[in-house]
Amino acid sequence: MTRVLVAVKRVADSSGEAVLTDDGQGLDGRYAGWTIGNHDACAVELGVRVAEATGGTVTVLSVGPTEAEEQIRSALALGATAGVLVEADPRTLGPADVAAEIAGVVREATEGYDLVLLGNDAADTGDFQVPVRLAYALDRPVVTGAGMVTVDDGVVVATVNSPYGDETYEVPLPVVVSVLEGGVEPRYPSLKGRMAAKKVAVETRQAGSDPAGPGRVRWHLPPPAPSSTEVLGEGPAAAPAVVDALGRLGVLP
Amino acid sequence: MILVLCEVAPGSSEPDEVSLEALAFARALSEAGGGVAVRAVVVGPVPDGDHLAAVLGDHGAGEVRHADGEGLAAYGGAAWAAAVQAVREETGSVAVLAGGTPRGMEVMAHLAARLQVPMAANVVSFDGLSPLTVRRQVAGGAALEEMRLPERPAVLTVAGHAWSAHGVGGPAATWVACHPEVPAADRRATVVRTAEPEPDESGSLRSASVVVGAGRGAGGPGGFGPVTELAELLGGVVGVTRVVTSLGWRPHHEQIGQTGSRIAPDLYIACGISGAIQHWAGCASSKAILAVNTDPEAPMMTRATYAVVGDMHEVVPAIVEEIRNRA
Ligand SMILES: Cc1cc2nc3c(=O)[nH]c(=O)nc-3n(C[C@H](O)[C@H](O)[C@H](O)COP(=O)(O)OP(=O)(O)OC[C@H]3O[C@@H](n4cnc5c(N)ncnc54)[C@H](O)[C@@H]3O)c2cc1C
Repeated sequence: MTRVLVAVKRVADSSGEAVLTDDGQGLDGRYAGWTIGNHDACAVELGVRVAEATGGTVTVLSVGPTEAEEQIRSALALGATAGVLVEADPRTLGPADVAAEIAGVVREATEGYDLVLLGNDAADTGDFQVPVRLAYALDRPVVTGAGMVTVDDGVVVATVNSPYGDETYEVPLPVVVSVLEGGVEPRYPSLKGRMAAKKVAVETRQAGSDPAGPGRVRWHLPPPAPSSTEVLGEGPAAAPAVVDALGRLGVLP
Repeated sequence: MILVLCEVAPGSSEPDEVSLEALAFARALSEAGGGVAVRAVVVGPVPDGDHLAAVLGDHGAGEVRHADGEGLAAYGGAAWAAAVQAVREETGSVAVLAGGTPRGMEVMAHLAARLQVPMAANVVSFDGLSPLTVRRQVAGGAALEEMRLPERPAVLTVAGHAWSAHGVGGPAATWVACHPEVPAADRRATVVRTAEPEPDESGSLRSASVVVGAGRGAGGPGGFGPVTELAELLGGVVGVTRVVTSLGWRPHHEQIGQTGSRIAPDLYIACGISGAIQHWAGCASSKAILAVNTDPEAPMMTRATYAVVGDMHEVVPAIVEEIRNRA
C-alpha cells in the first residue's frame, strides 16, 4: 500500500499565443484559461496507477492561488482521493520556496507519504528544480525525468528515456520522482469520478512567510519575427506549387 | 574561475556538443569579467583522456578536472553533484554551469540545492555581471525571463544551441585526476541498468541535404509512412520533434532541436510541427523551410520560407504523388 502525493501547478495554457501579466511576472491566463502542464498530468496518471496497483492512496497538492482548487478537483476526478491547497501567490515564490511548502505538507502528514510525484518542470517557469530541492528538504533520494514509475515490494522502479538509452532506477521508498510526459497517456475523468471529486473536502493551508523569491526581474516577449513566408496554397491542391518550389531549390531527384 | 560540467556519452571520449556550447558561453562570461580562468569538470570513466583534454583545450578550457572512482561509474544526479561540488570547492569557482541537457539540468539543480543558491535554467544570454543578470527561456520558449543571480557561485544551464560551439585553438587542457568521496546518501538513486540504446544515426540527419520532419501532427507512430516516403524520394532523412521521441513514436536520434541534433540542410520540410523555440534552435540554419500545418498562425508557418495550410496526412501524399507523376 503506497501513499502517494502528487504536486501539480496551476499554469496559464500556453498552447496558443503567450500573453504576459501587466507586471511582467508571468503568463496571463485570462484569455487562454488555466490548466496543469503535460508533465504534471502524467505525474497524476502514474500516481493513480501506483495507488491502484498497491491498494494505496493519492493526495494531490498544489501551491498556488485559491483558484488552484480547480486543478486539484480535476485530479480528484481522475482518481486522487484527497486534496491539499497551500495558498500562495506563486509569483513571489522561487523553486526553493515551493519545495519548502511541499516538504512542510509531507512532514506534517499523519500517515506520511512514501512516494512524491511531480512534473519534471513547470510549464511556465521551467525551473527544473522543485523536485530536486524537495528531495533535499526531505532528505530523500530523487529520480528526475521518469516516463514510467511503478512500485514493486516497496521499491520504486523508474525508467528515464535518456539520449543514452532507457535508464532504469530502483530505489526503496520513500522517494521523490519527477515525471516527464510520454511514458503514459493521462486518462479522462469519468462522470462518476467527477461527481465524487465534488464531495471531497480540499484541505487549505497558508504558505509560510519570508520566501527567498524567484530572482526574477521580469518576463519579456521576444519581438515577432518578420514574416516573409510564401504561402503555396491550401491542402493537397498545393502539391504542384510545392513540387515547382522543390525544383527551384534543386532538391528534386 | 568558471567551472563547466562537460558531458561525455558512456564509453566515449567525445564531449557532448551542448557542453561545448556551454564552454563558449563560459568564455564570453570570462571575457566580460576580465579574463577569469575557465575550467572543465568531467565525471565518470573516460577511455581516452588525452583526446578529451585536446578537444576541451581547443574550446578554451585551461584545465580539466576528471572526477572518477567509487560511486561515479554509474550515473546518479546526487553522486555527480557531490563530485562537481568537491571540484568547485577546490577551485573556488564563482560560476558553475552546464549545457541544458537532461543531465546538465539535473546535476546543476542538485548542486544549487546543496549550496543553497539559486539556479537559472536554459540561459540564452547575460546582460550584466554585478549582479550577474541573465535571460533564460521560459514557457516553452514563448517568453524570456530576466533573472538575477547575486549569490556565489552562480549556477546555471545554457539552453542547447543558443550558443555555437567552436574551437579557439587553445592548447590541450591540463588533465587533473581527482577521486572525490561520494557519501552513501548520494548514491541512493543511480542508474542500475541501461537498455541498449538505438543505433545512433544522427550523423546522417546532421549531414543530409533534405530533412523531412514531423511532429505531433503525425498523430501516432503509424503516421510516418508518407513522411518517410517523401524523405526517400528526395534522398533525405526523417527528423522529428521532442514530443514524437518522448511519446516513443520514433527513435531519439531523429530528434531535432535544443536537446536533439542541429541540422542545416538545403531544405527542411516541417509537417505538423508548431515550431517551438527549442525545436527552432535545431533547424534555424536550414537554407529553406517548407512548413505544412493546419494552423496558419503556427510559429513554424510564419517563419518558414514556404507554407502549405492543410492536413499533413493529405498534403504529404499529394506531394509524393506529384513528384512521381512528373518523374
Ligand atoms: C528544455 C526543453 C528542451 C526541449 N528540447 C526540444 C528539442 O530538442 N526538440 C523539440 O522538437 N522540442 C523540444 N522541446 C519541446 C518543445 O517546447 C515543444 O513542446 C515541441 O517541439 C513541440 O512539438 P510539436 O511541434 O511536434 O508538437 P505541438 O507543439 O503539439 O505542435 C503540433 C503542430 O501540429 C499541427 N497539426 C496537428 N495536426 C496536424 C495535421 N494533421 N496536419 C498538419 N498539422 C497538424 C498543429 O497545428 C501544431 O502546430 C523542449 C522543451 C523544453 C522545455
